[in-house]
Amino acid sequence: MIIAIASGKGGTGKTTIATNLALVAPAAQYLDCDVEEPNGHLFLKPEIEKKTDVTLPIPQVDEKLCSLCGLCAEACEFNALAVISEKVMVFADLCHGCGTCSFVCPEKAISETGKVIGRLEQGSARAVNGEKFIFGHGVTRIGNPLTPPIIKNVKQLIDNDCFTIMDSPPGTSCPMVQTLIGSDFCLFVTEPTPFGLNDLELAVGVARQLKIPCGIVVNRSDSGDEEIRNYCQRENIPILLEIPFDRDLAFAYSKGEAAVHHSEKLRKSFQQLYQQIVAEVAK
Amino acid sequence: MKELTIISGKGGTGKTTVTAAFATLAENKVLADCDVDAADLHLILTPKELSGNDFVGGRAPQINKDKCSECGECLRLCRYGAIDFSKAAGHTINEFACDCCALCAWACPEKAISMVDTVNGRWFISATRTGKMVHARLGIGEDNSGKLVSLVRRQAKLLAEKDELELLINDGPPGIGCPVTAAITGVDLVLIVTEPTLSGIHDMERVHGLCNHFDIPALVCVNRYDLNLINTQKIRDYCSLHHLELVGEIPLDPVVNQAQVARRSVVEYDCGRISQIVKEMWGRVSLEL
Repeated sequence: MIIAIASGKGGTGKTTIATNLALVAPAAQYLDCDVEEPNGHLFLKPEIEKKTDVTLPIPQVDEKLCSLCGLCAEACEFNALAVISEKVMVFADLCHGCGTCSFVCPEKAISETGKVIGRLEQGSARAVNGEKFIFGHGVTRIGNPLTPPIIKNVKQLIDNDCFTIMDSPPGTSCPMVQTLIGSDFCLFVTEPTPFGLNDLELAVGVARQLKIPCGIVVNRSDSGDEEIRNYCQRENIPILLEIPFDRDLAFAYSKGEAAVHHSEKLRKSFQQLYQQIVAEVAK
Repeated sequence: MKELTIISGKGGTGKTTVTAAFATLAENKVLADCDVDAADLHLILTPKELSGNDFVGGRAPQINKDKCSECGECLRLCRYGAIDFSKAAGHTINEFACDCCALCAWACPEKAISMVDTVNGRWFISATRTGKMVHARLGIGEDNSGKLVSLVRRQAKLLAEKDELELLINDGPPGIGCPVTAAITGVDLVLIVTEPTLSGIHDMERVHGLCNHFDIPALVCVNRYDLNLINTQKIRDYCSLHHLELVGEIPLDPVVNQAQVARRSVVEYDCGRISQIVKEMWGRVSLEL
């Protein structure tokens, strides 16, 4: 079972919900798909057992074979190639690694070389009951703008026998869509503010287009207004958990402590949340 | 003209709260909301649209069923797994998986695949009570957010030049990926809004790394600083070690949320301590600009 934890708006508590769920759910697997700013490791404190570079195949032009016809530059939808003063220039940061240039080159002058755009780290963390579970995250190299290929690498770690929890990046564009694709359920974490609601509506729109059923967690549920609840009722989206603001909890979070280690009550809440998700998926 | 972008790395640290407050305080400026896939600034500034336009972000492949011989070459070559095949529907394109690279169109021996312009969203020039604003809405699940950010910034700059204004303030997106890169390259100054949590610090360091990568000067502000004073001290130490000016420390205060619910910037809503701190912070930022 694959569960994506997303939000639209940043800072609503995606990582809090994802990590705490991973700590109590049986046979869990935690995969951090927020490869720009991965934070799950700060709370789960995993032992990293393996690090691999994530590479993107970028073109390499053999000048001896190149006839400077310019078809590669014409074919590239991302403007990553240009013929400038008797030479083909490759702008590696614009390249998506799609392979179109090498395909169209009539001289077979283009081969591909792997450019490191980030790394994949995998290992294990310990659940509240002491059992080990799989941890994985991707980390994009600073300056690399293209993150979906790294997210795809993280998703290759999905084990279908596990309760896989994928921590999504914020927003509603390609990195978030890439994370959600193929999930059985999406849990949206929001807060009852105008920003929270606006971004939740956009995020729910993505889940609906992808035909993924969803549920809501309202974090800091006693701040703001009632609009989120009205929205969920109107749209028939179940609210699976509400967590009121608690300064002690926020302080624990700031130090990288997981809520389920901090509060017995919350541990029970997250166990219930797990059961509710399983029930929702079975519907 | 000077250009300032407000970013954070981690989401939800208070970028838009700070931007909306600066919008109230700054004079002779244009605002740009560069968070195009989860834009929120309009919720506070309640813009009135002056003009709206489609954003044509790129091209997408389209299969002409009449020409398709179902040879499967597109499916074999696509690196994104974006070509689906079923006996009933033949070859179809999964738009969510597709990267719009056009390899399938180039490869199709029947020339059955063509690339057609796609509208990925809309962008607007609007009037607000604090001045003009350029903002956009990316279509649900659409690509090309970086391009749309570049477009919003370019239009905001043109607007500022036309109206002879001296300042452009950009509300940035979270993260360090393509839209953030588009929001900060070439600006005069970046303000990083962080919070005293391990995540906030971790993400601030990465986004500061991105500013260094593009050689852009940065300032830092700590939101909810009193949540964890030890971590706030860590941020202060990081700033002094890296010669980053810490321009303000905002306490945790329910007035920030109350202002948002009332659709007001925090300096419009309240004249207490938060407003005072944000005003002083704006003084330091504008001095730096």
